[in-house]
Amino acid sequence: MEPILKGRNLVKRYGKVTALDHCDFDLYPGEILAVIGDNGAGKSSLIKAVSGAVIPDEGEIFLEGKKIRFASPIEAREAGIETVYQTLAMSPALSIADNMFMGRELRKPGFRGKWLRQLDRSAMEKFAREKLSELGLMTIQNINQAVETLSGGQRQGVAVARAAAFGSKVIILDEPTAALGVKESRKVLELIQDVRARGVPIILISHNMPHVFEVADRIHVHRLGKRLCVINPRNHSMSDAVGYMTGAKVPDQEMEMA
Amino acid sequence: MASQSDDYESVVKVKREEAVAEFRDDHKGFVKTVQHALHVTPSLVPLIVLIVSIIVFGSLLGSKFFSASSLTLILQQVQLVGIVAAAQSLVILTAGIDLSVGAIMVMSSVIMGQFTFRYGIPAEISILCGLIIGTALGAANGILVSKMKLPPFIVTLGTWQIILAANFLYSANETIRSQEIRTEAPILQLFGTTFKIGANEAGQGGATLTVGVIFMLVLVAFLAYMLRQTAFGRHIYAVGDDQEAAKLSGVNVDGVLIAVYALAGLICAFAGWALIGRIGSVSPTSGQEANIQSITAVVIGGISLFGGRGSIMGSLFGALIVGVFTLGLRLAGADAQWTYLFIGALIIIAVAVDQWIRKVSA
Ligand SMILES: Nc1ncnc2c1ncn2[C@@H]1O[C@H](COP(=O)(O)OP(=O)(O)OP(=O)(O)O)[C@@H](O)[C@H]1O
Ligand SMILES: [Mg+2]
Repeated sequence: MEPILKGRNLVKRYGKVTALDHCDFDLYPGEILAVIGDNGAGKSSLIKAVSGAVIPDEGEIFLEGKKIRFASPIEAREAGIETVYQTLAMSPALSIADNMFMGRELRKPGFRGKWLRQLDRSAMEKFAREKLSELGLMTIQNINQAVETLSGGQRQGVAVARAAAFGSKVIILDEPTAALGVKESRKVLELIQDVRARGVPIILISHNMPHVFEVADRIHVHRLGKRLCVINPRNHSMSDAVGYMTGAKVPDQEMEMA
Repeated sequence: MASQSDDYESVVKVKREEAVAEFRDDHKGFVKTVQHALHVTPSLVPLIVLIVSIIVFGSLLGSKFFSASSLTLILQQVQLVGIVAAAQSLVILTAGIDLSVGAIMVMSSVIMGQFTFRYGIPAEISILCGLIIGTALGAANGILVSKMKLPPFIVTLGTWQIILAANFLYSANETIRSQEIRTEAPILQLFGTTFKIGANEAGQGGATLTVGVIFMLVLVAFLAYMLRQTAFGRHIYAVGDDQEAAKLSGVNVDGVLIAVYALAGLICAFAGWALIGRIGSVSPTSGQEANIQSITAVVIGGISLFGGRGSIMGSLFGALIVGVFTLGLRLAGADAQWTYLFIGALIIIAVAVDQWIRKVSA
């Protein structure tokens, strides 16, 4: 099977720091791929390189077999790759609805949309409310409230809802449950499984081993800026994974398929 | 695997039977309510200050101040600042600042005048050239800020000096007299055309509006619509709010910045045209105070210098507040320095209120 998203030899340097050191990456259609690794291992740098947020210094990226080179996150989004960044990437002073539709606003039908470029606020609000309700993970007072008035977990929920609603080819989640409560984390895990059921593959970065082992089809272990190995969670224990990740244990095989 | 740890999560594992997102509105204290209202409608403070100051001066000075002619005189006196402040507002909303607004305004007016009188180009075409050059100068600021990633303060501090020097060199410090313009190219003075409403037979009293005043009001209404109702407007706020986040969430940040500075340049060029209407002549030394006055109006109008917050209506109110104080204190016979003193205090109060409103998020 051909990977839907593939990276080869990716290098990203920040001054003296090499965040990605000739790193390979494979995501197969319909799978949930977890990416684990120590702090600073280069996980976020990896997903930023495949989502257009940073341009790798070297290496190639392929989407559905075709070589791509995203110059900005907008291009990646247009190609169907939707990302929840670790920093969430939301405009604090703008409303939930504004944030969900940032860069893909809906305009009113007819003259007012075409010529006056007027936004269709009610349609955007309705959609945003629906998506948040689907997630069922927050008690939000008002869809028009500014994102900065939400709690950290609620913000994370909005970011996840945004990605799930618009991602058509690949959804990337960088620590989507880090700030979430137990109940809210569950909802996000359910959402991840729902998205996979829709046939959309997911990259999940997380430090939470039970969550990773629960939902992942395969686990990409990232160490010192590159892929150390990919393991099947059914053949390994959590302590194996942590061992590989920290260098305490050496994997005997580089790639395992699900 | 999850069961292996322990099953603290099983309590919530039951599938989604519960709570669709609730939308509730609980009642908060009065102060919180005010804070929230200001957070949502930041131009409320300057509007209230404006109304209160009109009432105070009106009751102190009576009909001398509180008359159609005095109140519309204020509009005429603030038209230039109002137009330039609209341009400044757009830039400040992106967390930038434009110190070259005054220079672009003067440069454009000089081009409109000199092209007409030095080269004999039809005034309409000269005006168009002035508008285009103003836009180009603004766009140059935008390119330096976005593509070269230079701080707006430094960029426009530089272009301010460059444009102003170019303006003096090009015009050779020459003023084109009002008389000449009136007879040969009256369209240059278009913005000074006045309408009188409700004046007596001798043409006194009543409201006096000029094309410049009407332009200012229409411009602010147009920009208010653009900022609230269009995607471009939302992107301006997003860029000012958190540039990195805006970029990651799919906003063409460089494009927005260049467009905003270019639009500011265009508006300043219109202000240059209005400047000719206001003073009658084309003078390369006029309009120097527009920079500081526009920033003052924007700040008093409640637009945050940190970007992303405030409304364009606010800066119109800000300009009007300055106009009301200026005229009111003058009619009251007070020393002009009192005006500056009050304006200075208002600026500090406005910034303090901005900080307080921001706390709503804390
Ligand atoms: N914008 C940046 N500028 C400079 N260095 C950076 C930048 N982003 C990342 N780095 C460096 O690159 C390395 C990898 O960072 P990255 O954020 O990819 O790690 P991570 O695996 O996501 O860690 P975490 O688990 O803490 O999120 C780190 O050493 C970090 O200091
Ligand atoms: Mg990270």
